Amino acid sequence: MRALNIKLFRDLWHMKGQAFAIAMVVAGGTATYVLASSTLDSLKTTQADLYREGLFADVFAQLKRAPENMRERIAAVSGVRFVETRISVPAHLDLPGYTLPISALVLSLPKDGRAALNALYLRSGRMPELGREQEAVVSDGFAMAHKLQPGTSLMATVYGRRRKVEIVGIVSSTEFIYQLQPGSIIPDFKTYAILWMNHDPVESAYNMTGAFNQVSLKLDPGARQSEVIARLDDLLRPYGGLGAYGRQDQVSHKYLSEEFKQLTVMATVFPAIFLGVGAFLLNVVSTRLMATQRGQIAILKAFGYTTPAIASHYLKLTFLIVALGCALGLGAGQWMGRGMSAMYMEFYRFPRLDYVLRPHVIVYSVIINLVAASAGAVFAVVRAAGEPPAQAMQPSVPGNFRLTRLERLGAARSLSQPTRMIMRNLERRPLKALLSILGVALSGAILVMGGFWSNAVDFMVDFQFRQSQRDDLMVVFIDATSERALYSLTSLPGIRYAEPFRSVAVRLRNGPQAYRTSIQGLEDRGELRRLLNTRSRQIDLPEDGLILTDFLARKLLLQPGDLVAVEVMEGERGIYDVPLMAVVSEYIGVSAYMRRPALNRLLGEGNAISGAYLAADMTDAPAIYKRLKEMPRVASTTARMRMLESFYETMARQMLTFAFFNTLLAATIAVGVVYNTARIAFSERSRELASLRVLGYTRGEISYILLGELAVIVFLAIPLGCYLGQFMCRLSVAQANDLFRVPLVILPSTYAFAALVVLVAATISGLLVRRKLDHMDLVEVLKTRE
Amino acid sequence: MSLARGAAGESVFEARGVTKTYDMGEVQVQALRGADMDLFAGELMVLLGPSGSGKSTLLNILGGLDTATSGSVSYRGFDLTHATDRELTRYRRLHVGFVFQFYNLIPSLTARENVAAVTEIATNPMKPEEALELVGLGDRMNHFPSQLSGGQQQRVAIARAIAKRPSVLLCDEPTGALDWETGVVVLEAIETVNRELGTATALITHNADISGMASRVIHMSNGSISSVEQNVARRAPRDLHW
Repeated sequence: MRALNIKLFRDLWHMKGQAFAIAMVVAGGTATYVLASSTLDSLKTTQADLYREGLFADVFAQLKRAPENMRERIAAVSGVRFVETRISVPAHLDLPGYTLPISALVLSLPKDGRAALNALYLRSGRMPELGREQEAVVSDGFAMAHKLQPGTSLMATVYGRRRKVEIVGIVSSTEFIYQLQPGSIIPDFKTYAILWMNHDPVESAYNMTGAFNQVSLKLDPGARQSEVIARLDDLLRPYGGLGAYGRQDQVSHKYLSEEFKQLTVMATVFPAIFLGVGAFLLNVVSTRLMATQRGQIAILKAFGYTTPAIASHYLKLTFLIVALGCALGLGAGQWMGRGMSAMYMEFYRFPRLDYVLRPHVIVYSVIINLVAASAGAVFAVVRAAGEPPAQAMQPSVPGNFRLTRLERLGAARSLSQPTRMIMRNLERRPLKALLSILGVALSGAILVMGGFWSNAVDFMVDFQFRQSQRDDLMVVFIDATSERALYSLTSLPGIRYAEPFRSVAVRLRNGPQAYRTSIQGLEDRGELRRLLNTRSRQIDLPEDGLILTDFLARKLLLQPGDLVAVEVMEGERGIYDVPLMAVVSEYIGVSAYMRRPALNRLLGEGNAISGAYLAADMTDAPAIYKRLKEMPRVASTTARMRMLESFYETMARQMLTFAFFNTLLAATIAVGVVYNTARIAFSERSRELASLRVLGYTRGEISYILLGELAVIVFLAIPLGCYLGQFMCRLSVAQANDLFRVPLVILPSTYAFAALVVLVAATISGLLVRRKLDHMDLVEVLKTRE
Repeated sequence: MSLARGAAGESVFEARGVTKTYDMGEVQVQALRGADMDLFAGELMVLLGPSGSGKSTLLNILGGLDTATSGSVSYRGFDLTHATDRELTRYRRLHVGFVFQFYNLIPSLTARENVAAVTEIATNPMKPEEALELVGLGDRMNHFPSQLSGGQQQRVAIARAIAKRPSVLLCDEPTGALDWETGVVVLEAIETVNRELGTATALITHNADISGMASRVIHMSNGSISSVEQNVARRAPRDLHW
C-alpha cells in the first residue's frame, strides 16, 4: 500500500494544475457558505448576548407627558418586572465645520445615573458625573462619523434655545443598534445623533420637571405582552400616550430583524447555489479525471489489486483535492466572514462582535464536497475497474463515430476535416458535451448573480431617491402645525417651492393582522414627492381612502375595496374604517398614503401639516440650514442628496461587498471549470492530436481542433449561463421583507461582464492547454497505447 | 547493384555518425551509437533488429519526430539535425509519410476523411479516393475506424501516409499488431506503393522473414548498424512466412 501512496502523491503532483483548479471550485463554494453562515451566526449571537447583558426592554411607550408617580402604577401592572422612565427631546446639533443639519435625540439618564434597562456600553471616556449640567455621552456611530473624541464641545438647539454640551463619553446601546432617525429609512450616522444627559438638566431645561415622556418595561418570564401593552395604553392614554409596543415593533430591533431576514436569504440562496454548482462541477470533473486513469486502473487490476482497493486509492486522491479546496475555502470564508462582520458592526452599532464559526458549518461543507467528489470518482473508478484488465490495457478501440446530423442533411460538405472532428466529437457524446456546457454556464450564471445585486440596488435608489423623491430638503415640524407654516418656509431665501405633507403614526389592522406604520398625507399630483407605479408613472391619489404598498396589503391580507381599521396613535386616538383604494408597488420600505385633505378630515383637524418637501437653490445651502435651525418648530431637516450618499455608504456598501465577494468566488469557479474542461479534453485527445502533428499539422492547426471544441462549448454556455443566471436571481429575490423588495433588474452590462469573465477564463485556460500542446512529446504520446 | 540502389541511385537520406542519448535523470541511455546509413530513391529498405536495437529511434530521427544528439542527418541535402520545430513540421507535412504499429487513425473521421486530413494540408496530393483504391479499400471509404478491422485500419493509415505523394514512407512495425493473413495484405499495400509510386520506403521490423520483400536489409543491434545485406531477388509478401 505504501507504493500506492507514493503513486498517489506523484499523481497529485503530476496533475497539480488540474487539482488546483478543482480545489478552487470547492473553495469557492465552501467560502461562500462559510462567509454567509458565519456572518449571520455572528450577528445573531452577538445580538442575543447583548440583549441579555444589557437588559433590553420588552415593551416601549412614548407619551406627551406624565407625572413621575405614574411610574409606581405602571410597576404595579401584573407581569411587569422593571420600569424605566425618561425624558426624550428632539434637538439640532451644531458641529464646527459641518454645514448639513444634524438632528439629535436627547435622552435623560436615570436619576441615580445607573440604568436598569437598556444599559449603555461605554466605548470611551466616562459617563456624565451627577450634577454636571453640560456633560453628555453620545452615540458611537455619530462620534465615529465625525471623529469626535471625549472632550469635544458642541452646540445643541432645543425648542429654539441653544446650549453648550460637552461630550465626555462615547456609548452604544442595545436600543440603538440600528440607528435610524424617525421618518428615515436608512441610518445616517453623520446627520443623526443620540445624546444621553443627566436627568436634572434635561428635566429643568425642557420643562419636564417631575414628569417623563418615555417608558420601557422588562416583563416577568411568561407574562403576556399584549395584556401588559393594553394595560399600559389605558394608563397612559390620559397623558398623550402614543401607543405602547413590544420589542418586535421597536425600531432598532425591527429593522435588525428585517435585515437579518434579508441576510438569511442571501446566506441561504447564494451558498446553496454555489455549493450546489460546486458539487455538480466537482462530480463532473472527478468523473472525467478518473476516466483518464483507465489504463492505470487496468494495470493495478492486473497486479491483483481488488476493485475496492483501487477505488479507495483514487478516493484518497479525490479526498486530498477536496481537502485542499475545503481548507482554502474555510480559510477564505472565515477571513471574508470576519471582514463582513466587522463591516456590519460598523453599520449596526454593536458594542462588540463575537465572531462565530459553528462546527456544523464546517462539517456540512466538507461532507457536501466529499460526497459530490466521491460519487463522481467511485462511479468512474468502478466502471474502469470492471473492465477486464487485458482489454483495458489494449490500445483503446476507436470510438464509435458517425456523421453528424448536419452532415447527413448535406449541409456540411465544405467543412475541413478538423472542423468535422470538432462537430463529431461534440455530437458523439452529447451528454458529456452538455455537462461541459452546463458547467461553464453555471459559472457564468453565478457571475450574473453577483452583478445583479449592484444593478438592483442602483435601480432601487434611482426609483426611490431620484424619481419618487425629488425634493432638495425635507423639513419635519415638532408637532402637526397649520398650513400657514409653509409661508415661513417659502419666505426663506433660496427656497423656490414648498410642498406640505401630513404624517401620522397609526396601527393598521385587518382582523388579527396589524402593522405599525404611518400614513403619509401627500398632495395630489405632487411635484416633489410622487407616488409611482413600477413603470415610473405617477399614480393619482384618490379623493378619499388609502393606498398601501402592495407588500403591506398582502401582509394584512387586504385587497382594494376592503376596509382597513386605522388606529391613530396621537391626538384623539380615534379608530376609523378607511377603504383601501389601491396598492402601489414600491421597492423600499412599506407605507400607507392618503391625499392630505382626506387625512386631515379623517383626523378631524384643519389644514394641518407635519412638514414639507422643499425645492431649494442648494448653492447657498449653509445659509438655508442656518435659518432652518433657527426655526423653533423645525424638528429635523434632511437633504435628499445626503440620503443618497448615506445609502451608498451603508446599506449599498454591505450588499455590494457581499456581491463583490461572490463575484470573486464565481470567477474562481469559472476559471476552475473552464480550465478543467480544457485540460481533460487535452488528456483525452493527446494521442489523436499527436498523430496529426506527425502527419505534418502545425501546432496552430491541432490547437484549432482542441480549442475549437472548447470555443463551441463556451459560446453555447454563455447564453445558457445568462438564462440560468436570471433564474437564480429570481430565486434569490423571491423573499420580500419590510425593508426591500429587490426588483429583478439585470442590465446588459452585467450579462456582458459575466460573459467576459467566462471568455477570459476560457482564453487563459486555452493558452495554458495550448502550451501543453506545444510541449507535447510526439514520440512519447504515440508510443503509449492510450 | 545499381538497380537495387534505385534508378538514379540518388540518396534520399544520408545519416552519418548519428548518436542519440536519452537523459533519464541520473542515467543516460544511449539509443544510437554512431549509425551510418543511406536510403536511396525508390528502394524498399528493411531495418531489422531486436527490440532496443535503436531502429525506432533512427526512424523517428529520419522522420523529423526527434533530433540526433550528434552526427548528421540530411534529407536531400536538407539538414535535419539543426532544423527548427517549424521546419520539421513543414518537412513532415510535405515529404514524409508515417505508418505506425497502432494505426493512430482519427476515430471521429471516416477512412476517406482520415486521408483527406492529410491531403488538405499537402501541396500536390492525390485524391483520398485514389489513395484508398491503391491500398484496396475503395469500397470502405465511408467507414469510420470503429467499423474497420485492424488490417483495414492499417491500410487506411498507409493510404493516409502516401496520399500526399511523399518522397519517403516510414513504417514502424506496421504488421506488429496483425495476424499473418492481414499482415500480408498490409505489406502488399506497402509494396504496391513502393512499386507504383516509387516512394523510398523504410520499414522497421523485428521479424527477419519480412526482410525478404526488401531490396536492402540493414541489420541493427545495440544502437549501431551491424551489417547491410543486398537482396538479390525481392520476394512477394504473399510468399513470406512468419
